[in-house]
Amino acid sequence: MDNSLYQYLLILGDNSMILGHRLSELCGHGPTLETDIALTNISLDLFGQVRSYFQYAAKIADSEQTEDSIAFLRTERKYRNVLLVEQENVDFAHVIVRQFLFDGFHKLLLEQLMQSKDETISAIAHKSIKESKYHYRFSGDWLKRLGDGTEVSHKKAQDALNKLYPFTNEFFLESDIEKEMSAKGIGPNLNILKETYYSNIHQIIAEANLTLPIEKQRVAKGKLGYHTENLGYILAELQYMQRTYPNMQW
Amino acid sequence: MKNNIHDLEEKFQARIDAGEKIEPKDWMPEKYRKTHIRQISQHAHSEIVGMLPEGNWITRAPSLRRKLGLLAKVQDEAGHGLYLYSAAETLGISRDQMFDQLHTGKAKYSSIFNYPTLSWADIGAIGWLVDGAAIINQVMLTRTSFGPYARAMVRICKEESFHQRQGYEIMLGLCRGTEEQKEMAQDALNRFWWPSLMMFGPKDEDSPNTEQSVKWKIKRKTNDELRQEFIDITVPQADFLGLKMPDPDLKWNEERGHYDFGEIDWDEFWQVVKGNGPCNKERLKARTDAWDEGAWVRDAANAYAEKQSLKKQSENNKKIAS
Repeated sequence: MDNSLYQYLLILGDNSMILGHRLSELCGHGPTLETDIALTNISLDLFGQVRSYFQYAAKIADSEQTEDSIAFLRTERKYRNVLLVEQENVDFAHVIVRQFLFDGFHKLLLEQLMQSKDETISAIAHKSIKESKYHYRFSGDWLKRLGDGTEVSHKKAQDALNKLYPFTNEFFLESDIEKEMSAKGIGPNLNILKETYYSNIHQIIAEANLTLPIEKQRVAKGKLGYHTENLGYILAELQYMQRTYPNMQW
Repeated sequence: MKNNIHDLEEKFQARIDAGEKIEPKDWMPEKYRKTHIRQISQHAHSEIVGMLPEGNWITRAPSLRRKLGLLAKVQDEAGHGLYLYSAAETLGISRDQMFDQLHTGKAKYSSIFNYPTLSWADIGAIGWLVDGAAIINQVMLTRTSFGPYARAMVRICKEESFHQRQGYEIMLGLCRGTEEQKEMAQDALNRFWWPSLMMFGPKDEDSPNTEQSVKWKIKRKTNDELRQEFIDITVPQADFLGLKMPDPDLKWNEERGHYDFGEIDWDEFWQVVKGNGPCNKERLKARTDAWDEGAWVRDAANAYAEKQSLKKQSENNKKIAS
C-alpha cells in the first residue's frame, strides 16, 4: 500500500468529517429554519466528501478496511484533522467564523487538488469545489451580517475571530506527508496558498467591519495527531455504535 | 347583511361540494380560515419538533451512509416546516406569530414527538411507523379543499414516502442482522407501536371537529378509518420483518376484512396531549432555546439588511444628483 497517499486521504477526509460532525450537532437548533437547513446542507456536503475520500482509502489499504472502519475505528491520535475544525460550536458566531476560516482554505485547496496527478483525488476535488464555493459564500456573507450587524453581533463575531483565527496557521504547516504529496504532484505546495488565503480572508474580515486579532497563531499539530481535548468527546459520540456493536452491518 | 353572509357561505359550500380548490384570496368563512391556520401551523410545528427526536441520533449514526440518510431526512423535515408555515401565512398569520403560539404552548404538535429515541432502531421505527402513519393522513390531505395546503402536501408526500422506505430498510437491516440487532428492532416497535396509533387522534365519538372538517373536505376520512387503514397496511410489514406486534388482541377479522386490535391507552394519550409526556418539556425547551439564543442573529441580519438598503439608496441618490 502507498502509506503516504493513505495518510494524505485521512488528512483530507478527517477535516471534512470532524467539521461535518460539529455542524451536524446543530441540526434542529438553528437560529432560523433557513440557516438550520443551510448548515445541515454544508454538513451533508462534507460527509459526502468524506465517503469519497475514505472509499478510496479503503481501496488502496492493505488490510481489510471499509469507509466505516476508517471513519469510526481509529484511536484519537490517528485522526489527522486540523485543530480548527474540532473547536466547539459555542454560539452562531463561532460556527460562522470557524466555517469561514475553513472554507477560505478549503476552496483554495480543492482548486489545487483539481490539478492533482492522482485521478481519483482530482475527480473528488472537481465534484467538491462547487460545494466549497457555496460554503465560502454562505459563511462570508454571514460574517459580514454579524460583523456589521448590531453591537452585540459585532462583539460576538470579534470574540470568535480572536479565538479561532490563530488556528489558521496550522493549514500551512506542512507535514512530511503533505511535503511528499506536493513533490509527487498529488497535493499542492501549501506555502504557495498562504498569501492568497490571508489576502482573501482579510478582505472579507475588513468588509465585515472586524479587526485582526493581536495573536495570530498558536501551536497546533492536529495533522500529526496531537489534538485538543475536544476530539475525544467527538469520537465518543461518533464511534458509539461501532464500538458498542462491533462487526455488524447497519 | 345576514342574508349576504348566508349566501356567501352557501356559494362557498357549493364550490367545495363541486371539488373546487379554495385559494387564499377567495372569500371563506372565518371558521374555515381559523381551522386551517390551526391545522396547518400544527402540522408545521410537528415537522419542526419532529426534527428533535431523530436529530438526537445524527452524531451517533452507525455508518457514514446512515448518517447522510438521517441528516438528509431531518433536513427534509425542516423544509416541510418551511412550506407549511408559508401555506399558513397565506391565511394572514406570520411565522413569528406561529412560533410564539408554539413556544407559549398555545399551539400543539403531534404527540408522537414527545417520546424519546433510546436506540438506533428508534430511527428505523420512526421512519417506518411515524412517517407511515403521517403518509396515510397526508395522502388524504393532498385532496383537501384549501389549495396551498393540498399542493404543499403533494410535495411533502413524495419525500415522506421515501423516508418511510428508508425507515423500513433500517428495520429490515436490523432484523436480518444479529440477535442483538433484532432485539433492538423489537424493542423499538414495542415502544413506538401504540404512540403511532395515537397519532390519528381520539376516537371518532370523542373528536368534535371531525364532522365539520369532513363537510369542508379538510378531512375526507375519520380518525378511526385512518387508524384502521394504517393497521391493515402495517401488520403484514411487521410479519415480513419477523417482528411481533405488542398487542395480544391483534388478529385478522375475516368478516370485517380488517384487523381487530386492542384498546389504546387513552389516559396516556391525554396525558401526553396535556404536556405530561416523557419529553414534552424537553422538546419545547429545545425549540424555545433555539429561538431565544438565535434572537441576536436575526437582529443582526435585519440590521445589516437595513444598512445595506440605506447604502444603496444613498448611492442611487448620488448618481441622480450627479
